[in-house]
Amino acid sequence: YSLNGVPCRGKVLTVDNMNPNVKRVEYAVRGPIVQRAVQIEKELREGVKKPFTEVIKANIGDAHAMGQKPITFLRQVLALCSYPELLEDNKFPEDAKKRAQRILGACGGHSIGAYSASQGIECVRQDVARYIEKRDGGIPSNPDNIYLSTGASDAIVTMLKLLVCGEGRDRTGVMISIPQYPLYSAALADLGAVQISYYLDEEKCWSLDVAELRRALNAARQHCNPRVLCIINPGNPTGQVQSRQCIEDVIRFAKEEHLFLMADEVYQDNVYAEGCKFHSFKKVLFEMGPEYSSTVEMASFHSTSKCYMGECGFRGGYMEVINMDPEVKTQLTKLVSVRLCPPVPGQALLDLVVNPPQPDEPSYITFMKERTAVLSALAEKARLTEQTFNAVPGITCNPVQGAMYTFPRITLPEKAIDKAKEEGKVPDMYYCMRLLEEEGICLVPGSGFGQREGTFHFRMTILPPTEKLKVVLQKIRDFHVRFTQEFS
Amino acid sequence: MNHGTALLWKRRALSSLSATRRGLPKEKMTENGMMSRAKVLTIDTINPTVKKVEYAVRGPIVQRAVELERELSQGMKKPFAEVIKANIGDAHAMGQQPITFFRQVLALCSYPELLSDNTFPEDAKSRACRILQSCGGHSMGAYSASQGIDSVREDVARYIERRDGGVPCDPDDIYLTTGASDGIVTMLKLLVCGEGASRTGVMISIPQYPLYSAALAELGAVQINYYLNEEKCWSLDIPELQRALDEARQYCNPRALCIINPGNPTGQVQSRKCIEDVIQFAAKERLFLMADEVYQDNVYADGCQFHSFKKVLFEMGPEYSDTVELASFHSTSKCYMGECGFRGGYMELINMDDEVKAQLTKLVSVRLCPPVPGQALMDLVVNPPQPGEPSYDNFIKERTATLSALAEKAKLTEQVLNTVQGISCNPVQGAMYSFPRITIPEKAVKEATEKGQQPDMFYCMKMLEETGICLVPGSGFGQKDGTYHFRMTILPPSDKLKILLDKVKEFHQKFTQQYS
Repeated sequence: YSLNGVPCRGKVLTVDNMNPNVKRVEYAVRGPIVQRAVQIEKELREGVKKPFTEVIKANIGDAHAMGQKPITFLRQVLALCSYPELLEDNKFPEDAKKRAQRILGACGGHSIGAYSASQGIECVRQDVARYIEKRDGGIPSNPDNIYLSTGASDAIVTMLKLLVCGEGRDRTGVMISIPQYPLYSAALADLGAVQISYYLDEEKCWSLDVAELRRALNAARQHCNPRVLCIINPGNPTGQVQSRQCIEDVIRFAKEEHLFLMADEVYQDNVYAEGCKFHSFKKVLFEMGPEYSSTVEMASFHSTSKCYMGECGFRGGYMEVINMDPEVKTQLTKLVSVRLCPPVPGQALLDLVVNPPQPDEPSYITFMKERTAVLSALAEKARLTEQTFNAVPGITCNPVQGAMYTFPRITLPEKAIDKAKEEGKVPDMYYCMRLLEEEGICLVPGSGFGQREGTFHFRMTILPPTEKLKVVLQKIRDFHVRFTQEFS
Repeated sequence: MNHGTALLWKRRALSSLSATRRGLPKEKMTENGMMSRAKVLTIDTINPTVKKVEYAVRGPIVQRAVELERELSQGMKKPFAEVIKANIGDAHAMGQQPITFFRQVLALCSYPELLSDNTFPEDAKSRACRILQSCGGHSMGAYSASQGIDSVREDVARYIERRDGGVPCDPDDIYLTTGASDGIVTMLKLLVCGEGASRTGVMISIPQYPLYSAALAELGAVQINYYLNEEKCWSLDIPELQRALDEARQYCNPRALCIINPGNPTGQVQSRKCIEDVIQFAAKERLFLMADEVYQDNVYADGCQFHSFKKVLFEMGPEYSDTVELASFHSTSKCYMGECGFRGGYMELINMDDEVKAQLTKLVSVRLCPPVPGQALMDLVVNPPQPGEPSYDNFIKERTATLSALAEKAKLTEQVLNTVQGISCNPVQGAMYSFPRITIPEKAVKEATEKGQQPDMFYCMKMLEETGICLVPGSGFGQKDGTYHFRMTILPPSDKLKILLDKVKEFHQKFTQQYS
């Protein structure tokens, strides 16, 4: 009964009768700490006094938000596609106009406002296939195996959805690294699949150990039906770039154990460390010969959000499926048709990423200059970050070999852990919240990605401009020293 | 036997679980005596709910249409020179021009250097600046907030307030989405729970836009069909809602009522009274209301008017407006914009439980954000040029041209189809489709059944092969047993549409004769 005596009933949709899987979903990258950061930004705007003048959102891999500039050529073509009257404008180089005309020619009614084919614009898929062939030293790629998607996340979720079946102990199990990018854990929770965690080796630069894969798999077989192995390379949050040997071992393992391989390769251009190189799973698979290349079922994922483009907002991406059963492929095609098509601007953008200016084209020099500048800045910031953190007692940082994050291990005093528990917080969340409140720096606690019991980490992006990054690193260092002191 | 297989067999022998139990495939002997294994992912081991999903709008007939296009482009001779894709509500693909102002702003947002270009009007530049200011790093390439760019949600709220005669709208209740489909699927996902006889049931019209049936199949929810009344211009009848609901209560837990207004595929524009009745019904029966209003500007018939569910709800007073839980959906794909490829959309949530809202916000955060170009476009749709602004006249001219062309084509379609013996077409009051009823001769029904095809699929396939016209059979949307329909868009340019309608007429006469 409400206050005025009128009988009132509970709502139709409440937390108690909503989809229970949704309640299990967590996504730390935009979780509680970020919500608090947004609140603080609002307070700052309203003039509330803080020990800092701005909140630095080093929680998310969003390059443009941190000041990285878009690639000129890409944006020129997108403008031409949006408003083709600009094709008459002399300001635009010929190669940009040509690309735009090609894309528009492939769109219904020559407009990026038309729906595309559900699998993605055909000529874009052809360009993606050619890009993959070039990247992989000539190994053939069939455009028919390419599915454009709304960011890589979309394709990853779609694949997982296809793979999940069974009940109880036959329920599909999916192997994913600890630490992992929490899209995976969120998707598995949403789908009600079983998450099978395999630990990356922090002592060995977050490398992947097949013995550990085997341990995790065998333990999992007791309570679920493991069918999938997910690997993120270069890694998120850890930044490790797996060796070729490791990739071969993983492929071999997947074949032996009859697992569908999902290779998340969205950071494939983000490789910084000496001696590290990106090896595409597909390339390695084919170089292992037909015993593997004609049998191992695999999906690899790429995106326009990372690398040197940083075009997160466009939600461009694709997956390549290898050795997928034709009947399953038909189901996949049917499934993606329900959502009609991925955003066409994102498809156009992807086309440019896989078909960038060539040496003989007018935009080439500027394009290469911009691309190189972005990637070398990231490499420098990766090194700076590792160096700075490793100089702080109580923080150890593995080399940031690739991707865009650092995932250092932090030592938390016992008293701090106790205080966290008192406040009902996970210790590294408590640490990160304090950092946010005191310095206005927003990181994501390691608990949001997974870590070994009793260890604590945080994930920070290396994206702020170098000068700002230096300041951020220094503040974190000072905070850590203070924090350690406070709880000594 | 290779090393891998040996290891596997050894492990199996050691394992306490049988191979079948562990889901490992049986070994198969191939023709050359080699052992081979079934794939990890097969039609038998795929997610079973995915197999139940169908989406006729891009289903088998469209796949055949695409094949025919390919054959034509390879020079194969056909009884027609082009395939006309009248299966999907894609205006630009059918020649409709984008609104100049929108594309100018989008170009400015994509490549802000153009802000110094004199060829762009000031109002376009100021919209672009406003949008870019709200983007991280002033770039459309940054992720936005997961609920959508703040200033866009504010603009959407103001649009809704204006549309609804001042009924307040809180930007916090607005979620931008990747097309309306995204919001609809997200809401359905939240609503689905329970097992067996307690499994969530969702009411949807027959005929319906098959996103709903597809989503319900995928989510494993129960679809509860309520029939629109073809004899009364596809109107919605409360006794029919009641019948469907009461029956459904025997085997599921009905919790949601979906309504598409203006309707797809039927095009009916529900009366205000009907909308009130539906709201009352939802309140009484404790159903979450989902109002798909993506065609809200597409209203053509005299005497018809779009009444937003929210407006009607609030005009019914606090007994309803304080309690009925409602989600309404809009999109940039239809109306006068036709910007399907941008995947812009929003939903407004009314009276949603706060804790559920927090769950919703968390859920959408996993996919980061809807496409920013689509959000920018939505901003322009809800915040178009105003009188006094440089782009106003042109904008109104373009908008009016598009909407009046559609109105004309709606009338033309109804007229022509109704001259065909064996086709009867309800007025196309709104949206972008006609859904005429067709009489199919017994012999044709028989042949179709022998071929394992739905009779109206058989009909449409023949039409496709003989005329190149691609429509979607009524069976893809749902219809009363023993009746047949097709859905055809009214989108081709008027002169092309005339030819199309004549060809449909001709085909129908021939078909009827052939199977008499």
